[in-house]
Amino acid sequence: MRLRELWRALLAFLGVLLAAPTALGQDLGQDLGAGLSARLGVTATAADYVPTIGPDGEGLPAGRGTVAEGAQIYTRACAGCHGLGGELPGNALVGGVGTLSTSAARRTVGSYWPFATTLFDYVRRAMPYGNEKSLSDAEVYAVTAYVLHLNGIIDADSSLDAATLPQVRMPNRDGFVSAPAFQPYSR
Amino acid sequence: MQETPIAGNGLLSRRLYLRLAAAGAGSAVLLPAIANEPWERGSGQPPSGYGEPSRFARLTRERVGGHPFGPAAGSSSTPLQHLNGVLTPNSLHFERHHSGIPDIDPVRHRLTVHGRVRRPLRFSHESLLRYPLTSRVMFLECSGNSYQNTGAEAPDLTAGQLSGLLSCAEWTGVPLSLLLEEAGMLADAASGWLVAVGADASGNNRSLPLPIALGDAMVALYQNGEPLRPAQGYPMRLFVPGCEGNVSIKWLKALEVRDQPAHTREETSKYTDLLPDGSARQFTLRMEVKSIITSPSGRMRLPERGVYEISGLAWSGSGAIRRVEVSADGGRSWTDADLQTEAAALRPVRFRIPWRYAGAPALLMSRATDDTGAVQPSRDAALAGQSVQTFYHYNGIQSWRVDEQGRVSNAFA
Repeated sequence: MRLRELWRALLAFLGVLLAAPTALGQDLGQDLGAGLSARLGVTATAADYVPTIGPDGEGLPAGRGTVAEGAQIYTRACAGCHGLGGELPGNALVGGVGTLSTSAARRTVGSYWPFATTLFDYVRRAMPYGNEKSLSDAEVYAVTAYVLHLNGIIDADSSLDAATLPQVRMPNRDGFVSAPAFQPYSR
Repeated sequence: MQETPIAGNGLLSRRLYLRLAAAGAGSAVLLPAIANEPWERGSGQPPSGYGEPSRFARLTRERVGGHPFGPAAGSSSTPLQHLNGVLTPNSLHFERHHSGIPDIDPVRHRLTVHGRVRRPLRFSHESLLRYPLTSRVMFLECSGNSYQNTGAEAPDLTAGQLSGLLSCAEWTGVPLSLLLEEAGMLADAASGWLVAVGADASGNNRSLPLPIALGDAMVALYQNGEPLRPAQGYPMRLFVPGCEGNVSIKWLKALEVRDQPAHTREETSKYTDLLPDGSARQFTLRMEVKSIITSPSGRMRLPERGVYEISGLAWSGSGAIRRVEVSADGGRSWTDADLQTEAAALRPVRFRIPWRYAGAPALLMSRATDDTGAVQPSRDAALAGQSVQTFYHYNGIQSWRVDEQGRVSNAFA
């Protein structure tokens, strides 16, 4: 019994020796790093956070905007690149429903985007192009509402806020399949 | 000396080529002696602060262009056909920006780690420089690279114009796992996600599965030995090895740990792969095995008949390149090229093989295999099962046609 354990220990030791060149070459840096990491992060506060708005709406700001308000902001800040009705080719926000399985697929907010929260998140961080982050949260709700209305997804008398935006169901909500598995990759 | 073809239409054995080269050297035409060139007399230029290439060898990026609605939203490509070895000089690394290149003061820049963590943390650029750094030679490829070859006709473009949204550098940075460990992750390491956000005007953001983030992703600070270029994310960028370039968020400002992906614009509206039935694949992050002959390549002209070196690059987002085969007869016969870079995961290799151009038309191709056994597909196979509107992640075999006049052009074969 004892001999067998000894034998096992010897085999395990040999295994370590055999694995050593790769283990030393590839993993040592990281193992050492974890042990000797400087750990210089300082406590962050809510003011430092950079939230991304996902489908659950967590982190949505206060404020509220109507389709009617959105129409005015859109005409002033968005129509130049997207067209008055959101139809400008290359930058279209509207149309294309029913085309995705054809050779003339047109991917727009209405035909392709699975979540309305994505529209809010994107407009808030990246639009209007060249004057990014210039709209207030209420204005972003309003523009989001207007673009959804242009696509026939919400009514003309609608408004959006943190409670109602995540409730909007997009036409292509179930149009995506996620890649099957994410394999950790390291060697 | 007897040449023995190793495959159809003039491919030669490397050993013979070396002997031919040696023999050729002895029989070189003697040029009339020139007593003294101007640069052999008097003094040259003094040392300089930041070096410049020779005025006879200045290279520039290709397809430097912006979006019709905004020049800052554009891209430029690495001139692959003019480079050799595997590294891309920093000034020639491909670019893709969504709202231009920000001019970031590193003293004011902060990286925040927040979300599902025990201790939300803030890191300065200076503090990250004190962390244990790792260096690794890796490629970065835009998932839209080579998209022009998914169209109906082969456009007459150079290798760089077609596939130059691929570059390679030695990247040095802090392993992402160190920063996440310091913040104390609360999300499940197997199913959780990380949302990275950039500090540029577009605030570009992408969700990354934690298994990938904790694997070998880094916060990169140096590129080929020098601080990152502004176009590559100065002062810091996320670098996600082997994955489509868009997830390696530049000007990295925040990392938010989450239980679910955020479904940002860049991972729903863009960078998703439409299928013929109208559904779309999402989070297809890994870049697959691929290669391209960079010389001879599109829009070059072979000046005369004779021996040329076929040379190119091969890479894979899944591992190391194990093998590159080359054909000079449109895929009827293949032979192995020499791999002249030590194989390592995610490091491109330079492949070479001698070839005699006898003046007959030729169709040059390369086919890479990685160490997972994945083989680069033909163009038809790469496009099979995709919507005609899909252009991301194209990795089909590149064919170059050489005609009787020595002109080289892009071909679908």
